[in-house]
Amino acid sequence: MSRYVIQRFLGMLAVMFVVVTIVFIIVRIAPGDPAAVMLGPDATAQDVASLRARLGLDQPLIVQYGIFFGQLLQGDLGESIFLNRPVLSALADRAEPTFFLTLFSIFIAGLIAIPVGILSAYWRGSLFDQVSTTLAMLAASVPSFWLGLLLIQFFAVRLGIFPVSGYGGPGASLATRLSHLVLPALSLGIVSSALILRFTRASMLDVLNDDYVRTARSKGMGEFRVVMKHAFKNALIPVLTVIGLTAALLVSGAVVTETVFGLPGVGNLVVSAVLRRDYPVIQGALLIVAALYVLINFLIDMLYLLVDPRVRY
Amino acid sequence: MTVLPDDIVLKVSDLQTHFELGGRVAKSVDGVSFDVRRGETVAVVGESGSGKSVTSLSIMRLLSSPGRIVGGSILYRTSQGQIVDIAALPERKMRAIRGREIAMIFQEPMTSLNPLYTVGDQIMEMIRLHEPVSAAEARQRAKKMLDLVEIPAADRRLDEYPHQMSGGMRQRVMIALALSCNPNLLIADEPTTALDVTIQAQILDLLRRLQREIGMSILFITHNLGVVAEIAHDVVVMYTGRVVEKSPVSGLFAHQKHPYTRGLLACIPNASRDRGAAGERLRLNPIPGNVPSVTALPPGCSFAPRCSYRIPHCDEAPPLMTAGPSHLSRCWRHEAL
Repeated sequence: MSRYVIQRFLGMLAVMFVVVTIVFIIVRIAPGDPAAVMLGPDATAQDVASLRARLGLDQPLIVQYGIFFGQLLQGDLGESIFLNRPVLSALADRAEPTFFLTLFSIFIAGLIAIPVGILSAYWRGSLFDQVSTTLAMLAASVPSFWLGLLLIQFFAVRLGIFPVSGYGGPGASLATRLSHLVLPALSLGIVSSALILRFTRASMLDVLNDDYVRTARSKGMGEFRVVMKHAFKNALIPVLTVIGLTAALLVSGAVVTETVFGLPGVGNLVVSAVLRRDYPVIQGALLIVAALYVLINFLIDMLYLLVDPRVRY
Repeated sequence: MTVLPDDIVLKVSDLQTHFELGGRVAKSVDGVSFDVRRGETVAVVGESGSGKSVTSLSIMRLLSSPGRIVGGSILYRTSQGQIVDIAALPERKMRAIRGREIAMIFQEPMTSLNPLYTVGDQIMEMIRLHEPVSAAEARQRAKKMLDLVEIPAADRRLDEYPHQMSGGMRQRVMIALALSCNPNLLIADEPTTALDVTIQAQILDLLRRLQREIGMSILFITHNLGVVAEIAHDVVVMYTGRVVEKSPVSGLFAHQKHPYTRGLLACIPNASRDRGAAGERLRLNPIPGNVPSVTALPPGCSFAPRCSYRIPHCDEAPPLMTAGPSHLSRCWRHEAL
C-alpha cells in the first residue's frame, strides 16, 4: 500500500516539474517583448532595456530558469506588473469564489449524474433511460456561458431569486457570497454532469451483468442493496476518475463562467492579465491551476485505495 | 393446498421459460418436468443452449430480462414443511427463499465473488441477511464454514480478498457461502467446469461429503456425463429446452434410450475404450453439427438433423415415452436403441 502511495506521490512531483518547465518556456516564447509591451508604444529603448534588466529578462534563459525555479521553491511567484503586488497574494485574494464555484459545481454535477446514471443503467432502454440520455447529450453540447445567461434571465431577472452577477461586494456576508454562486455553480454543474452521467451509466451497465451481482441476488438480498453495495461500488472507479478530471477541467473552465457572472475569481484575474500581458500573473495562475489538476488526480488515486483492495497489493 | 409426496423437495412440472425480444420468442425451457428427492442429487445434462442453466435460474427466479417463466409450476417444500410454487411467488417472499432455502453456486469461481469485499464479509453478509445474529457470531459461523469446506487457516482467510485466492479456493468459498444458511437445496451450475481436473475431483468429493453430512438435495447442472456418474442419483438429459431422457443414473449408464445421450457419452475420451484391436488410437465420436437455436427449431424431433438413427417418423415430434423402469425417452426408436 505504501509503495503505491509513494509511487503516485513521486509521479505527481515529476509531473509538476515538467509543468513548471513548460509554463516557463511557454511564457518566454510567447511573441513580443514583455518589457516593451508593458511600457507601451511610447517608451524609449533605454527604458525598455532597464526594465528588461530589472525583470531579469537580459539574462541567459537557463539562468532565468534557475532563478524562476529557486523563487518558486520559496513560494514566490513573482510580482504582478500592473497590480503592484505579489502574484501569490493576488491569486489568493481571488481563490475563494473559484474554489467554492468548482466545489459546488462538482457537487451538483455528481448529485445529478450519479443517481440518474445508476437508474438509467438499471432501467436500460426504458423511457427514463432515453429521456435522461438525451438530456445529458443536450447538456453536454450546451456551452456553460449560454446556459449561464439563460439561468440569469430566468432565476435572476424574471424570478429575482438569485443575484444577477458579482460576489456581493467587499465585506459581504458568507450567505450573500454563496447566494452569488448558486447560478454559476448550477450552470457549470449541469454542463459537466453529462459526462459523469454517461460514465456512471456505462460503468453500471458493465457491472450489473457481472457474476458477483448475480451471486448477491442469489443470497436473497433486496435490489437496492444489490445495486448500491455490490454493483455501484464496483462501478465507482471509472466514475471517480471522470469526476476528478471534470473537477480539474472546471478549475480552468471556470474562466468563462466567472466572466459571465462577474465573479471576482482566478479566472477573471487571468482574463484581465492576458489582456494586459501581465506575464507573472499568467505564469502564476497557470502553475496554480496545473498544480490543482495534478493534486486532484493524486487525491483520486488515493481514493482508489479506499475503494478497490486490489490496488493495495 | 398443493400436495407433494413427502420425500420430494422440488417438483418442476411443465416449466416454460421464454425470452421474448422484438416479437421473436425463444422457448429456452419448453415443458421441463423433474423431481428432486430429499438428500439426493439430480443432474441436468446438456450442451450449451440446451436450457439447463435457464432451468436453474428459473428455479432461483434469477432470470435476466427479457427471460420470463410463462408456464408450469415449481413446487418447493420449505424447511417449515410449507409447499410453495416458486413460479408464482411474490418477489419479496422469493428473497426469503434465495440463499436460505435454495442456494446456488456458479460456474465461474473467478468472477462470482465480489472483488471489493473480503471473503469473510461476503459470507457474513449472507448469514446476517437471513438470521438475526451479531457480527461476531456471524464471523464465527463464517469461519466454521471455511473449515467445513477444508480451507486451511480459515481465520486468516476470512480477511482475504477473492483475488488473493486460487480458482479452486474461490469455489470452496462459494460453496461455504452457499451452505452458510443450511439450505435445503443446492443448485450447482457447472461448479467444476472452470477448474483443473484435479481440483474438479476435490470439489466433487467435497460436495458429496457435505451432502452426506448436511442431508441437502443437490441439483447439479453439467455438460459432463463423466461428472454425472460420480455424483448423481437421477439424470435429466436436456436438448433444445426439452427433456429428452430421464432415468436413475445406473439405468442411464447401462442403456441410453436416446441417441443424444449416447452421443454425449461417446464424446468422453476413454483411454481403454478408444483403442482398436492392435492398441491403435481410435478417433473420438463427436455428435455432428450444432445445437439448433431455440428460435429456429426443426419441425418434429429437434435432434433429428444430427441423429444417425433418424427415420421418417422423426418428422413428427416425439413425446416423452416410458422406455424402462423409471426411464423416460423422447425418441421414437427407444426400443431399438
